[in-house]
Amino acid sequence: MALRHWITLAVLVLLAVMPPVFIWMGNPFYVDLATRLVILGIAATSLNLILGYGGLISFGHAAFVGIGAYAVGIPAYHMLYGGGEAVASFNGMFQIPLAVAVSALFALITGAICLRTKGVYFIMITMAFAQMVYYFFISIEEYGADDGLVIDMRSQLPFIELDEPLQLYFFCYASLIAALLIVRTIANSRFGMVLQGAKGNNERMVTLGYNTYLYKLTAYVISGAMAGYAGALLGNFTTFISPEMMDWSRSGELMFMVILGGAATTLGPLMGSAVFIIIEEVLSNYTIYWHLPFGLMLIAVVLFARGGLMGVIGRGRDGK
Amino acid sequence: MSAELEISGLNKSFGGIKATDDINLAVTANELHAIIGPNGAGKTTLISQLIGSLRPDTGRIVFRGRDITRMPAHARARLGITRSFQITSLVMEMSVLDNVALAVQARDGHSFRFLRPARAVAHIREAARGYLEQVGLGPRADAPTVALSHGEHRLMEIAIALASEAGLMLLDEPMAGLGPEESALMVALLKQLKGSRTILLIEHDMDAVFALADRISVLVYGHVIATGMPDEIRFNHDVRHAYLGEE
Amino acid sequence: MDYGLFFIQALNGLQLGLLLFLVASGLTLVFGILDFVNLAHGSLYMLGAFICASLTFALGNYILALIVALPIAGLLGYGVERVIARPLYARNHLDHVLGTFGVILVLDTLAHMIWGPAGIAVPLPNWLNGQIVLGGTLAIPSFRLLIIAMGLATAAGLFWLVNYTRLGMLIRAGASNRTMVAALGVDIQLLFGLVFALGAMLAGLAGMLIAPITEASIGMGNSIIITAFVVIIVGGIGSMKGAFIAALLIGMIDTMGRSFLDNIFGLVMSPTAAETSAPAVSAMLIYIIMAVVLALRPQGLFPPKVR
Repeated sequence: MALRHWITLAVLVLLAVMPPVFIWMGNPFYVDLATRLVILGIAATSLNLILGYGGLISFGHAAFVGIGAYAVGIPAYHMLYGGGEAVASFNGMFQIPLAVAVSALFALITGAICLRTKGVYFIMITMAFAQMVYYFFISIEEYGADDGLVIDMRSQLPFIELDEPLQLYFFCYASLIAALLIVRTIANSRFGMVLQGAKGNNERMVTLGYNTYLYKLTAYVISGAMAGYAGALLGNFTTFISPEMMDWSRSGELMFMVILGGAATTLGPLMGSAVFIIIEEVLSNYTIYWHLPFGLMLIAVVLFARGGLMGVIGRGRDGK
Repeated sequence: MSAELEISGLNKSFGGIKATDDINLAVTANELHAIIGPNGAGKTTLISQLIGSLRPDTGRIVFRGRDITRMPAHARARLGITRSFQITSLVMEMSVLDNVALAVQARDGHSFRFLRPARAVAHIREAARGYLEQVGLGPRADAPTVALSHGEHRLMEIAIALASEAGLMLLDEPMAGLGPEESALMVALLKQLKGSRTILLIEHDMDAVFALADRISVLVYGHVIATGMPDEIRFNHDVRHAYLGEE
Repeated sequence: MDYGLFFIQALNGLQLGLLLFLVASGLTLVFGILDFVNLAHGSLYMLGAFICASLTFALGNYILALIVALPIAGLLGYGVERVIARPLYARNHLDHVLGTFGVILVLDTLAHMIWGPAGIAVPLPNWLNGQIVLGGTLAIPSFRLLIIAMGLATAAGLFWLVNYTRLGMLIRAGASNRTMVAALGVDIQLLFGLVFALGAMLAGLAGMLIAPITEASIGMGNSIIITAFVVIIVGGIGSMKGAFIAALLIGMIDTMGRSFLDNIFGLVMSPTAAETSAPAVSAMLIYIIMAVVLALRPQGLFPPKVR
């Protein structure tokens, strides 16, 4: 087994073993940290499908996460406080599929428009659509506008009690494993080959007879749906949602995680999320100005560390 | 002989410049038809319109009796038109075999298949290896594309064109940048292909053109000034005047 | 309909449009010529506002502060070009985006450290603080007229610069053919630095002009930069004319939408429905327009000629 396979295994085992140990040691705070890491890991992994394998520089991925979180928060709000009969009747079982469906639909509509554009237009229009969702939720008073909304009831699932930190964690962890497997399988499939081919040379792929627009749009929808799922988990974890989750700097952070960890590698986005969480946690304990060293680090990574962590660990391209 | 490709009244301007000026051209099935002309004569612009990456302003393009003037590029490829690129156009991030496999995969049904690893689909991989061997790149199949030489890249372009099993191959300067030995290899390869499919060859290397072509069309300032057998073209007065600059 | 309010809002829309143009013109220059995506352009707008605020207190005069602050903004832009942008020109847009995202974090945090978390109000001299009464209840703050005048003058100056000067000729040539310009003996590095500095001055000027109205504050750059992106997408990236027309269009539509959309909705739906849906729709209005424009013309309204 190559080095990166050992690292993959080690990281995943560590993530499975450590949280119970933290609980046993009486340090539940670290379980929260691990939960956040795993959820961000799913979101970054979903972005990796289009950014890493598809070469689509989406700067609005946080919108899908936010939509997913609101899809949990809004039904919960109506169930407890009345109104909105249409969504209130959804019980917890439906909230997560709702999150996935709504974010997939949003990805389909916006993706259909965004993918007609290329290059820098694509970057900016994805960002603008995310901003549109951001302002949409800011203008809705009922759901707290820019103050956000506290979720007083987590999604009710059979067999799993999300109010229980360790159960919530392992639900997220299992989701992460599934997300990693899904993206890896897609990337290595015929579909994934077309996607990567279009990233490298779109014109060539069109000349071969591939309608690359449809392939990219499909990837965009899958990616958006997965990010929406991550958002549903995030809403359940933080029990608080606000438009701030969709701010464009959140999208930028997700991109940072993918690039730092290594785009188009299976584990890169998760590694990038881990580094991000550690930086945020360590630096923000140390100074309120933690964005300064973080920004400098980002610049340094862009200027000097090409290929990301997985690139450094060893030619970590998958499937070879 | 039936016309495989019929171009009639084709026009395309950029700003005030006519890059394609009322082109009429019929290419018969299994013919190797060369298009020559000075730089800037509009040869690549013509190919782009045939392949569908540029829309003509006016005119018609008919392939096997079907009007494809407004058809998107990917659909034309599915009908059996392929091109090689003047400037090497490969997926550099992938291996040599992957590049050719993508061409084979393109005509193996749709590719909305998400589960099975593409590199484990034996019939695609084997077919792709076959095309690479045909152009002499068999031993390089598993190398990363970026590691190959320019000449090898040109051969890859041909392997990909072969792999798409197209009825009509548009070859845009396949000899560009090749050394004498590599050129000879390419000419030999094209000679082998000749007669088995329709080839529209754009080329600057006159020795190669006159050695290979069944017929030649001369393009000057976007307009076809002559079409004929190699010998007719060689001694055509207009061609010598306009193209070779002789009085 | 209240025509007085309509008139005032039209002026506000024009003012917003011109400010957007100042920000967007720099963005479109830098992208059109340098092929560089500069997210940190909004931070230069913010720094312009803060520097102008500090100088207003130090020098005791807003106009004087503005004159001194302009070259400082230009220098800052030049500095960003030298340190961050130049090593990234040869890279792809993704690296531009991430690198300049880092610059935003750095500059915003520095502003936070220097000027503190609260906004800084900028006092105006008395002669600018008044109103010009147009008769009846209709009055326009004189400072807003100044913003409009400055915006129009800058726009005219930019058109002259780009279309009729040697620098403008080089800028247009540099966009299409770097090597040719370099072969003419022009220092292309210096040219790029100047373009960046010019963009920074334009963004800084916009920040300085808005500061007396809104205060200088930390997040101000990040909210305008997205709108500026919408402007240059709608206008066609790299096109000065497109940026101007789209900026006025977006400024006008945004302002008018926020004030009158509920009235317009009221014509076709119940007052309560209009009142609840209008804020959400007006907040999204410019993005909806962008989506429509791009769906019809993926290169924007005035795409620059093929390069």
